[in-house]
Amino acid sequence: MQDLLSLFYENREFIFLIIVSIFLGIEVISNVPAVLHTPLMSGANAIHGVVIIGSIIIMLEASPDNYFALILGFFAVVLGTLNVVGGFVVTNRMLEMFKKKEK
Amino acid sequence: MMELLGLSILELCYIAASITFIMGLKMLSSPDKARKGNLIAAYGMGIAILATILFKEELTADKWLNYALILAGLIVGTVIGTRMALKVKMTAMPQMVSFFNGMGGACAAVISLVEFDHLLHTGKVEMSMLIVIILGLIIGGVSFSGSIIAYGKLEGKIGDKALPAGQVINIVLLLVMIGLGVFIAMADTQEALYIYILLGVSLLYGVLFVMPIGGADMPVVISLLNSFTGMAAALGGFLYGNQAMLTGGILVGSAGTILTVLMCTAMNRSLTNVLIGSFGGGGAGASGQSGEQGTVKEISVTDAAILLAYANKVSVVPGYGLAVAQAQHTVHNLEKILDDKGVEMNYAIHPVAGRMPGHMNVLLAEADVPYPKLMEMEDANDDMDNTDVVLVIGANDVVNPAAENDPSSPIYGMPIIDVIKAKNIIVMKRSMGKGYAGIENELFFHDKNRMLFGDAKDSLEKLISEVKNL
Repeated sequence: MQDLLSLFYENREFIFLIIVSIFLGIEVISNVPAVLHTPLMSGANAIHGVVIIGSIIIMLEASPDNYFALILGFFAVVLGTLNVVGGFVVTNRMLEMFKKKEK
Repeated sequence: MMELLGLSILELCYIAASITFIMGLKMLSSPDKARKGNLIAAYGMGIAILATILFKEELTADKWLNYALILAGLIVGTVIGTRMALKVKMTAMPQMVSFFNGMGGACAAVISLVEFDHLLHTGKVEMSMLIVIILGLIIGGVSFSGSIIAYGKLEGKIGDKALPAGQVINIVLLLVMIGLGVFIAMADTQEALYIYILLGVSLLYGVLFVMPIGGADMPVVISLLNSFTGMAAALGGFLYGNQAMLTGGILVGSAGTILTVLMCTAMNRSLTNVLIGSFGGGGAGASGQSGEQGTVKEISVTDAAILLAYANKVSVVPGYGLAVAQAQHTVHNLEKILDDKGVEMNYAIHPVAGRMPGHMNVLLAEADVPYPKLMEMEDANDDMDNTDVVLVIGANDVVNPAAENDPSSPIYGMPIIDVIKAKNIIVMKRSMGKGYAGIENELFFHDKNRMLFGDAKDSLEKLISEVKNL
């Protein structure tokens, strides 16, 4: 109990941020027309590629002789980059098609 | 002083990145700003990545290998990611999204593995960190293997397979995952072995979780896994006290969940029903065959052309077959030719037609079909009484009347495009094969319906030349 309470108290700012972000996420996309469902999903997919920052932090903090962390971290960077770059490029390709016929 | 400056710049960059994520998502919800929104979010991401490399740790010479590997990783990922994203065909976009989503999940799982190893070696194990690492591993692992299965299924490499007692196995696996997770979190001494077992179970669960789900439900699964990866990214943010990861991850997690719910609502089903109901699995194909089938009537290309050319109002119901045949430009040509003849043609878009919500919209947008021509399902249905000819191109489940009148059908309750209300129906299909949900469609046997067999693009081209000759 004590553990859980202190867990909550120590992370209260994060918990606050999480809850506000949840509502923000719901609010931000609540009016999306069906036309944009696929690009929106794809764009959101690219944004969660932000997980790549975690893999970069691993690499930065790993000591240069910790090959376990370096090798796995390297793969994590590759995977995260695939998510970010692939995600944004695919979304852009989808949306390019929408743009042409706006005019 | 210098260090403080760097760290402040880093935090400012994270704030900026978070703002671009929010703006990006917001702008992605409106057609004219969507492209800019995507670019803004991409810039924000670039800033966050660059700032992390430059300011997170002091640049020191003895870590040259670390920096070299980071750069190498970024380059390899960028080259492969860009190539894949630029090469992929419009029809394969949904599985591409699923694939990239899986990469993000895998990234989160690997981060958890390394951080667990780190905890093992530093000795001091905080429970809060352990919980975050374990959750990140489970969610990332499930998201990775689930996305790869979804990718394989949409590519047609993996069929719908349901294990006997699959539900029970899945529930058991879920309980094992939770139990093992709690065990690791509570244990006094940590062993690496358990975390690898947990990873294995998570990966297996992802596979078995997506495996039996098929048909019209795949979009829902991809969207759900998308929000999973968002949550995994947010857990990483929690782990490192990193605001950009936290806000980005949570935003996608909650937005993705809402999007998933929106899709379920469009199909008039609950999420649990989608996940447990497993379309197309087992003997679902057996239902809907009870009534007498009647006969299927074919129509020649010439007759179909006459029907179209002398109609006042034609409505096209596109489906996955249109995407497969890459016939979006051809159908737009037909629309222009009919327009010259004074025939009004529009498109009735079912929210889950194709393999992803909005799939048809994207596809038709590629062929420069103007927005006002694309009608959402409700409007299209209101208009159906005044429609002379409905042309169903490569769609099946979304026009299946069983969804309305056969309670035993697996798609019962899903709203459909009510083509039967129109005066004539022409279904263009390659064969009498079943739709993705694997069930019969009594529409094909309906009095008003005529079948035009063949590849959608091929048939449309023939139709166009016939209409021109009239």
